Amino acid sequence: MSAAAAAVAAPSVYSGGASVIALGVLLAEFGMFRQALIRDQVRLYAVQSALISVLAILVAAVRHLPDLYVLAALSAALKVVIVPIVLRRLLRGVGRAGKDGPAPGWTEIAGSGSLSLANTVLLAIAVAAFGFFSARALGIHSAVLPLTALEISVSVVLVAFVLMIMRRDVASQAIGFLSLENGISLAALVIAAGLPLILEVAFLFDLLVAVVVFELLIRVHRGRAESLSTADLTSLRG
Amino acid sequence: MIVVVLLLLILPFAAAVVSLRAPDGVAEAVSAVTGVACFGLVLALVPAAAHHDLVYLSYLRIDAVSAVFLLATSFLYGAVAVYSIGYLAPSRRKRAPGFSRYSRRFYAGLNLFAWTMLAAPMMNNLALLWIAVEVTTVISALLVAIENTDGAAEAAWKYILIASAGLGLALLATIFAYYAGAQVLGQHYDLSFTSLLQAGARLPHTPVRLAFVLAVLGFGTKMGLVPVHTWLPDAHSEAPTPVSALLSGSLLAVSFYAILRYYQVAAAALGPRFPRDVLLVFGVASLLLAALYLLDQRDVKRMLAYSSVEHMGILAIGVSFGAPIALAGVLLHVLAHAAAKGNAFMGAGVLVHKFGSKRIAGITGGLDLLPWSGPLFGVAILALCAMPPFGIFRSEFEIVEGGFGASSDTAAAILIVLVTVAFFGLTVATNRMLLTPRRAGMTGSGAAVLARGEPSAWMVVPVVAGVAVLLVLGLHPPAELTGLLSRAVHQLGVGQ
Repeated sequence: MSAAAAAVAAPSVYSGGASVIALGVLLAEFGMFRQALIRDQVRLYAVQSALISVLAILVAAVRHLPDLYVLAALSAALKVVIVPIVLRRLLRGVGRAGKDGPAPGWTEIAGSGSLSLANTVLLAIAVAAFGFFSARALGIHSAVLPLTALEISVSVVLVAFVLMIMRRDVASQAIGFLSLENGISLAALVIAAGLPLILEVAFLFDLLVAVVVFELLIRVHRGRAESLSTADLTSLRG
Repeated sequence: MIVVVLLLLILPFAAAVVSLRAPDGVAEAVSAVTGVACFGLVLALVPAAAHHDLVYLSYLRIDAVSAVFLLATSFLYGAVAVYSIGYLAPSRRKRAPGFSRYSRRFYAGLNLFAWTMLAAPMMNNLALLWIAVEVTTVISALLVAIENTDGAAEAAWKYILIASAGLGLALLATIFAYYAGAQVLGQHYDLSFTSLLQAGARLPHTPVRLAFVLAVLGFGTKMGLVPVHTWLPDAHSEAPTPVSALLSGSLLAVSFYAILRYYQVAAAALGPRFPRDVLLVFGVASLLLAALYLLDQRDVKRMLAYSSVEHMGILAIGVSFGAPIALAGVLLHVLAHAAAKGNAFMGAGVLVHKFGSKRIAGITGGLDLLPWSGPLFGVAILALCAMPPFGIFRSEFEIVEGGFGASSDTAAAILIVLVTVAFFGLTVATNRMLLTPRRAGMTGSGAAVLARGEPSAWMVVPVVAGVAVLLVLGLHPPAELTGLLSRAVHQLGVGQ
């Protein structure tokens, strides 16, 4: 079936549903700003990744791209299961140091923002709007997904940068990077759905390596600074 | 030839595995032999690459451009692997606790790092190129953190976060490049570089433009272009010296290689004007900021790191000139910079070792106390400042000549002025370290006990080899190399 015919045959429910899922990805990204617990933040990341896998399955079913089923499965296995497990290993031992015996998983990331939450979200909204409308101006066409998804993916990438910049703790920064990658996966679904599976798998493997190294370095950081905060990382300058 | 290529892909990885398992002595011997062998293997590739493109299994491709970067990386790999023997010798002698663990990790990391940097320029696929560059990041971040000090932990975190975020942008660039290619070549095109280049002028403009800018920003983060260079001085100063040398001479070059590939595609699709303008902006910004920072540095390794930013700026400006002689200068500059910066870091490592301080103020009288490394460090700095008769003089001369020839007079003049500023910064600090006589009792007990002598001959030999390379490049580049460079220039000039 040619691309044009597919576009005609596509039900509007499909494109509406796809846009809603993409919007869910963006909302999850915004949700990460307010999470005070690493555990919740990791959970939100898992939800975001799951949404992307769902979208991939949807595209695979409607556009008859069987490769995407495999990709969705692998991506879900990695980002919904393995990465959260790796990140949650960080929680081990955290919270014991607290005097009041806080619940495990309650760590120092609450209130690590350098602006107040409201201001950060306002900034993120402005950045997201900029991304959304500037992507529209590119004049890029996609045969598989509505362009709204691409515009939202650009917003997700930019908001992920805001998260990485504004939160001053290593866990949020790592999750910011991972959700940045999620935004790129979303963009890839829109404009690079036909990317050969082997390359997609290589990307995922690479992500796995990166996550393990991130986790190692977070450990190193916590071992030295005895917190997850990056406020003390100021000795190297000039 | 395929045997050579496969050996290049297998040997460093095997060396890493051996280093992880074997006792320290074996690990260092294996690493040194592998490093030198890899340089030999790349040398064997040069005549073939100067003659035709080598494509294997459709995923591996070595053309003249990649061969230049392979040369730079493998030379430094060999030099650094030999140097490391001397670098680690004192802790071995002291039988420091945990040394054997440290040494195993160090050598495994070093070999893996070299392996990924050798693999990246061989990839005939923009996606695999991205993956190789990303793997160099994570492995080198671990190597930066290996010293396990507060500074190292801070530098490693900043490095991996900033570089990964930058590479996120580069991944977007890869995806836009795929989109652009798929418009011409159909959905099942696999991002292979050759087909993208053949599609050339038929590629849609907006996505290519976007891909190029994102690639310059993304890979530029790893290359150390201003304003996305911020991780670079930290990582270079906190990493173990052999790793700093590899970071500066090879890793930055590999990232530049990735940018060059996008430059080729962008120039073929859009004409050379747009990509050149982008590179000119980043290049001048890098050169300006680095030259100013060089004037007031207190840490010798940070000073060399800013010098790397300066030289990356020169490379970007050189490409923006676009004239064949400037491009030849750029590629020669990659080689000469690898040798000179490797030498400078290795020399700085000896100074730091001898004086027990990275602070420039804490190092005095280097020329008296280090009969070999002192003068060699001075020579390396002079070479970095583009003094004749060394390779960088020739390369910068060619770049500037290309600039005037391409009637980019202003940019060429800016380049000369800023390089001169950087020259002042570097030489003033070096004078202080090498020539100021060391007064007794200046720093209390520390000053008295320093005796004249080299810490280790292993730390001198690779530097001498580097000087030899710089002299060869500066005085009389061999015919094979000239052939390689002119073929590479021809390939880069496609689309003009």
